[in-house]
Amino acid sequence: MGNVVALASMLEGRQVWRGRAAPAPSGNQPTGWPVLDAALPSGGWPEASLTEILLPADGVGELQLLLPTLARCTRAGRAVVVVAPPYMPYAPGWEARGVVMSHVDIVSADPRDALWAAEQCLRSGSCAAVLAWPAQADDRALRRLQVAADTGKALAFVFRDRRHAAHASPAALRLELETQPSLQVRVRKCRGGNAPSRPVPLSASWS
Amino acid sequence: MLWACVLLPHLALDGVLRRRPSTDAPLVLVSGSAQARTLFAVNTPARAAGLYRGQRLTAAQALLSQFEAVEYDPAATEHWHRLLAAWAYRYSSDVVLFPHAIVLEVSKSLGLFGPWPRFESQLREDLTALGFRHRIALAPGAQAAYVLAGIHDGLAVMTPDALQRALAPIALRYARLPDGAGTSLPAMGIRTLGQLLRLPRDGLQRRFGAPLLVYLDRLTGAGPELMEAYRPPDTFDLRMEWTHEIEHVEALMFPLRRLIGDLATYLAGRDGGVQRFVLELEHRSTAPTRVVVGLLAAEREAALLFECARGRLERQQLPQPVVAMRLLARELPPFVPAGRDLFDTRPTNAMPLDQLRERLRARLGEQSIHRLRSTIDPRPEYAQTTADNTRLPEVTETLPRPTWLLDRPIPLHGPSPIILAGPERLETGWWDGGDLRRDYYVVRTSQGQCAWVFCAPGEPGRWMLHGWFA
Repeated sequence: MGNVVALASMLEGRQVWRGRAAPAPSGNQPTGWPVLDAALPSGGWPEASLTEILLPADGVGELQLLLPTLARCTRAGRAVVVVAPPYMPYAPGWEARGVVMSHVDIVSADPRDALWAAEQCLRSGSCAAVLAWPAQADDRALRRLQVAADTGKALAFVFRDRRHAAHASPAALRLELETQPSLQVRVRKCRGGNAPSRPVPLSASWS
Repeated sequence: MLWACVLLPHLALDGVLRRRPSTDAPLVLVSGSAQARTLFAVNTPARAAGLYRGQRLTAAQALLSQFEAVEYDPAATEHWHRLLAAWAYRYSSDVVLFPHAIVLEVSKSLGLFGPWPRFESQLREDLTALGFRHRIALAPGAQAAYVLAGIHDGLAVMTPDALQRALAPIALRYARLPDGAGTSLPAMGIRTLGQLLRLPRDGLQRRFGAPLLVYLDRLTGAGPELMEAYRPPDTFDLRMEWTHEIEHVEALMFPLRRLIGDLATYLAGRDGGVQRFVLELEHRSTAPTRVVVGLLAAEREAALLFECARGRLERQQLPQPVVAMRLLARELPPFVPAGRDLFDTRPTNAMPLDQLRERLRARLGEQSIHRLRSTIDPRPEYAQTTADNTRLPEVTETLPRPTWLLDRPIPLHGPSPIILAGPERLETGWWDGGDLRRDYYVVRTSQGQCAWVFCAPGEPGRWMLHGWFA
């Protein structure tokens, strides 16, 4: 106890680490859902990486989750590619949510070629976002997509069935959509932070 | 005026050699009647073995047991000559065909392609890539450049005075004099062009006639040069055949790369692009296989064209081995280079979107990639189209529409859903036979999905699923 050092000066000199969480970085890729942005460590979609979205069934609101992002990209004139969707995208519905359909390319391919096409699109560097529905994607295929997204600096979105939740995934972000009691998103994994323990409710409606 | 002469001393042989992978095997071109076959041209390994041009084929066979003999084809040589003229057309609008040579006027091109040394190295680089050996000379006159290219490779003479000095020591037999004069003048003690030019003109006129004087005037630049300028053709048609049969598509890639490279060369010279071309694979007994390569926009870059053609070709089943391949391009629209933003934020190695779409189409099929547009038709089945040329609707207020549409409606099974909105009556389409009369509802299924369903008017309960509000 020889010399007394003022705490303020130590803090000033950055000699003491304060166990306070770093302020949440404001993401460059907001999801369009403020509640979800706040819950994710990157403040939005992880940039240039793969996001895996797990669904209990088709048509539960997976597009609602993405359409604000797609609208933002296409309005900025960036291309969005939809690779082998399970149904036909319905232009009036997409346009009603602000998506510019002339920047959306729809690729029809059989399941074997769909992964190849998605990887090509991601790697090209000219697409802002790529949506894919890989039916029999294994860990290797998803890792390839992750690397391609990193190479081409694009957002990759992969939609899979909920039963794949138990398997490990190389995706930077894994979201699970739940419909009970209402539409909500459970963050299964997120790179760069702890996944929030509670599901994030989405105030989505059908209109 | 400055004329560059590209002399092609081995035009016929290079035209044959460039179509096959480079090997060290001896190869000769043979011409002449069946009784007196002589060698027309020999490649370097064959020459090292002692074969030479003009040798009898039987003598060559005595010297060397194993060599490949290809029939000399004057038409093919003529074809390569024209192809190179098309290449030269890229650099100058005045291109003249000389025997075994191409002469192009370059004084106006120097401003664009840099000073002569840089321009010359550019020409040499192109010719080497195309696979033609060459000699290049520059002179103020076309005929003078032609003569100088035969004497000294890389000679550049810019002024008439320097031309006089350069021509003076040339031996007459290399001066390409009109017939007769080149052989009889040395017998008179006149051995160089300098001596010939100093002779009195009227004496020359009496002894050799007017053609020699006209020729000398053209050579020195004193008289006008009348030449027929080369005009590029409007279609591209190139055929390549080989002596063996090719059974696998992979083996077609090398000749394909050459064909596409020639097409790109031709297109760059014309400042044009190609949007559609046909590859004809010829077989021995059946009709040729036609592979149509269509592009979304006019392109002319060799690598892109090759990749598109390869994608189409790889999916092709060959009914028989291929003996020849032909590339035909009839429509050559003007080429508009894609604009790129100076402040482009994309990665530096980014592939342009159009190129990406071409690559996907090449592998997945012509119709595999499309965009959707809304139409003015209220019927869900016709409310969007993949066509590009439809009229855009004015913004109309409709009830909410789903984001997924099923190709054809299917019955909705499971427990009865909860109705969220509806009905919305659609009763239309009477004008083209696609008459429909439906009540649309938005329902929530037991799994929590929002569905767009319809039923016949007044019969709720028998739901047909038509879309998802995903």
